[in-house]
Amino acid sequence: MDAIFLQVLNGLDKGSAYALIALGLTLIFGTLGVVNFAHGALFMLGAFCAVVMRKILTLSKITLDPEKTNFLGKPLEIKTTYVELWWGDVGTWMIDYSVLLSIGFAIPVMALIGIIMERGLIKHFYHRPHADQILMTFGLAIVLQEIVKAFFGANPIPQSAPDAMGGAMDIGVLFGFAEYAVIYPYWRLIYFVFAAVVIGAVFAFLRFTTFGMVVRAGMADRETVGLLGIDIDRRFTIMFGIAAAVTGVAGVMYTPILPPNYHMGMDFLVLCFVVVVVGGMGSLPGAVLAGFMLGMLESFASMNEVKAIIPGIDQIIIYLVAMIVLLVRPRGLMGKAGMMED
Amino acid sequence: MLKLNDKILMLVFTIFVLTGPIILAPFGAGYPDLLQRFAIFGILAVGYNILFGLTGYLSFGHAAFLGVGSYSTVWMFKLLTMNIIPGMILAIIMSGLFALLIGFITLRRSGIYFSILTLAFAQMSYSLAYSVLTPITNGETGLQIRLADARILDPKNESGSLPSTNLFGLEMNDTFRTTLFGMDLQFNVGFYVCAVILIAAFYLSIRIFRSPFGLMLRAVKTNQNRLMYTGINTKPYTLAAFVISGMYAGLAGALLASMDPLAGAERMQWTESGSIVLMVILGGAGTLLGPVLGAGVIKYFEAIFSRINDNVLHEWFDILPGFLETFMVWIIHPFVGKGWSLTLGAVFMIIVIFLPGGLMEGANRIGKRLAKLKRGSADDAKTPAE
Repeated sequence: MDAIFLQVLNGLDKGSAYALIALGLTLIFGTLGVVNFAHGALFMLGAFCAVVMRKILTLSKITLDPEKTNFLGKPLEIKTTYVELWWGDVGTWMIDYSVLLSIGFAIPVMALIGIIMERGLIKHFYHRPHADQILMTFGLAIVLQEIVKAFFGANPIPQSAPDAMGGAMDIGVLFGFAEYAVIYPYWRLIYFVFAAVVIGAVFAFLRFTTFGMVVRAGMADRETVGLLGIDIDRRFTIMFGIAAAVTGVAGVMYTPILPPNYHMGMDFLVLCFVVVVVGGMGSLPGAVLAGFMLGMLESFASMNEVKAIIPGIDQIIIYLVAMIVLLVRPRGLMGKAGMMED
Repeated sequence: MLKLNDKILMLVFTIFVLTGPIILAPFGAGYPDLLQRFAIFGILAVGYNILFGLTGYLSFGHAAFLGVGSYSTVWMFKLLTMNIIPGMILAIIMSGLFALLIGFITLRRSGIYFSILTLAFAQMSYSLAYSVLTPITNGETGLQIRLADARILDPKNESGSLPSTNLFGLEMNDTFRTTLFGMDLQFNVGFYVCAVILIAAFYLSIRIFRSPFGLMLRAVKTNQNRLMYTGINTKPYTLAAFVISGMYAGLAGALLASMDPLAGAERMQWTESGSIVLMVILGGAGTLLGPVLGAGVIKYFEAIFSRINDNVLHEWFDILPGFLETFMVWIIHPFVGKGWSLTLGAVFMIIVIFLPGGLMEGANRIGKRLAKLKRGSADDAKTPAE
């Protein structure tokens, strides 16, 4: 029983990352009708926002201590970070919580990147075939990831969660399991809660604000909304920025779980396309549902008991499910008929 | 039979390919390794073009066929003989079967769904090759030939060194070297094997382009719905195109393994499929010569760019004043050496944005512009002076 509970937690955890990325992907697809292969790169850029933030926070002033020497016999270098120098304990606290601070940094940066991307490149591809959109964004993804590689190198850069959230929690006890039966890292639980909040916020934004209403109307019928005298293009551009920001913060929060490297975007991209297709192209609830569902399936398939029956199933389960869904129910779980059929 | 135009094209192409080692030597591309890659990836691109160029189905899974071809060939090397013929035959059969299976399932959908389905299939094969299929694929290490392998058709190997791949005794890495006008020319057996196959593959692709079958595939690209309304079932045609291009990819995989007898799963990764698409798009999808050209250009610049390092850059900009030299080197540095992919991605974006028809379209446009200029000046001459 507790093994199953653990897999449920794992599934929710994986699922929240999938759902967040797929949500951004669907926002872009639903509003602009563009298949964005560079979306994985946005996730990766978000993760590197956290790396940059930490680098900035830990910029240090180097002072030499002539009293002590290192093993080479030279005076010992003492690094003091500027934030600590200026603000003392607050500075220490800032470095500790840099992942959370990075969210504040990543949202404007990612939104800006998204808007530049839309205005500068993707705008010109609305009337081109989907194949061209795929190819252009694929090229863009390569460029973005290579730029990051040129600046940060090819090795993963480990990031730590804040000390207070670093440990693990005996979550099993809360649900009536024996003590120490199910121990789970705090950060992964936080990631799940965070994902739920972000997803809720996006849905609330679309549901309860005038802006969201206009965007939803535009998704349903772009031309009519335009004829009503609303500048729908501008709103869609802003939605692209929001989608990029959502994906970016998903990347920021993921850094303590997976040390960011330059190809993490590509790794997630294929999975997230599968998630979007399973959920139904252009359906936001579908993307979220499929994200959690596939995350759950993947973690259950990686249980040893399951692997003993069908070896290697954990590697392919997602693709297998995607194929079955696409063949049996081509429009996906919650997609509308006729979407992207051509 | 071929029309006159195609005959000329075929003849020029054949001559160009066969004299490759001489023509390309002045450009620093005359060494066997690179020439072999030109030919092999040329075959791959020609095959991919039959699917993408004619039917417009954008497959992101062709690397899987490449991998299947390589694995089958290496297994033939291990079990039967180091002669490359059985390996190539098995590779074509296996990749054909594999393509039939994948195509049968994925071609039920079109457009973006087809791309994602093929992507999913390729990713699945890649994961399987790394995990469960390790007994067949040898996992991360990759499949290699060993001394202890059976090779039942070959005479017993007593030399104690690994046997090399051959075609009825002609070893693939045999090279005949000579100098002409001070150039170092290398005529490599492996390259000529690849070249002959490339020419055959190119001929087949011309025949397909000019056949009623090719016309049908083009009709699928133009308007599949209309074709269906007229009562034609397009599935057999697209499936045939998919299988043919899969077999081309399998053949290319076999040749890759024949030139260097090892096969690894990284050949099946989806970014590898992406690079096949890049070659075809860069050259010009749907044209005959474009894909070969694209493959050649990409492989050539890959080889050239990867060799440039900071020292070379400093030599180039030596004439500039100091700070400008440093600046130029700093600007260009990320694009060369290990940063070749960055250049590739950037060039690719530029091509898709400004020149969707690839290099061939560019050549056509320049040709038309020139013709217009010529006609324009002729017109001017005709108008009588007032």
